[in-house]
Amino acid sequence: MHELAVTQSILDIALSHAQKANAKRITGINLVIGKLASVVDESVQFYWDILSDGTIAKGAQLNFTRIPTEMRCFDCGNIFNPDDSTFACPACQSIRVQVTKGDELRIDSIDVE
Amino acid sequence: MIQRIPIVENILSANDEMAQKNIEIFDAAGVYAINIMASPGAGKTTFIIKTLEALQGRLRMGVIEGDLATSIDAEKAAAAGLPAVQINTGGECHLDAVMIARAAPSLPLADLDLVIVENVGNLVCPAEFKLGVHINILIASIPEGDDKPYKYPGMYRGVQALIINKVDLLPYVPFDMDYFRRGVEVLNPGVVTFPVSAKTGEGMDAWADWLVEMVKNRQPAEV
Repeated sequence: MHELAVTQSILDIALSHAQKANAKRITGINLVIGKLASVVDESVQFYWDILSDGTIAKGAQLNFTRIPTEMRCFDCGNIFNPDDSTFACPACQSIRVQVTKGDELRIDSIDVE
Repeated sequence: MIQRIPIVENILSANDEMAQKNIEIFDAAGVYAINIMASPGAGKTTFIIKTLEALQGRLRMGVIEGDLATSIDAEKAAAAGLPAVQINTGGECHLDAVMIARAAPSLPLADLDLVIVENVGNLVCPAEFKLGVHINILIASIPEGDDKPYKYPGMYRGVQALIINKVDLLPYVPFDMDYFRRGVEVLNPGVVTFPVSAKTGEGMDAWADWLVEMVKNRQPAEV
């Protein structure tokens, strides 16, 4: 639901960096988004088409790298992608676990010409 | 020729920077600010009113109200002598740092100890947008069900205190407290938790006492 604000921020960051590099056009945006960030690719793409219109980023390809949630078990050291309904370590059933990946919400790079 | 420019920047960095400015404004005024988040119907409004009642005479409070549909009535705030400012989110699903920056100057910050921000009722979007407050608080409620930590992990991870509201309904609705608490423990180990009923008043004193201590000790910012 907050993809409009997320997309506007992506555009702002991309345009600012492209301007610094004296780029004529932005052709690609490389995004890294973790599952825990609750961002829907299709919605970002939808808003992107509207927001980027009239800018040098119009038509840029949005590339999403999705990071699944990853957890590490404190008790047995197992690293795993949790079952959405339990979060317990599948190896030893412990719930003493830590989220190690999945929070990502960043713009890694842009492609310009 | 196509060239790749590395950026590696948090997408919401502009909001994060504004949040940092907000907390500096609160700090400069000696105000402790808290952000209360919850799903629609979790009892935010009642909880905040009961909190304000419990803190009467102990802290000078103001309210930033972000939920249009279920806001604390202006009359109620006025009756309690509370400075309140309402944010018109225009249908937005969350508050952000810019909205707080605009709203905060409408409160007499120099005369306040505590500002309570009531976020928009939503368990997804508010988790992503820092406001620039000292602590974030989530109100879960018994009728929502025991699976919410598993369904909204981002929200449960980002808070420094958890209220479990409507415990008076535990005898009437299926709610596996152990299953709920296991999910919370995984996402937010050791998070301080207050089971309460804002309706009956159960547990509200413990929460209010804790909050007074937090304000007095001015726990470090977690923006």
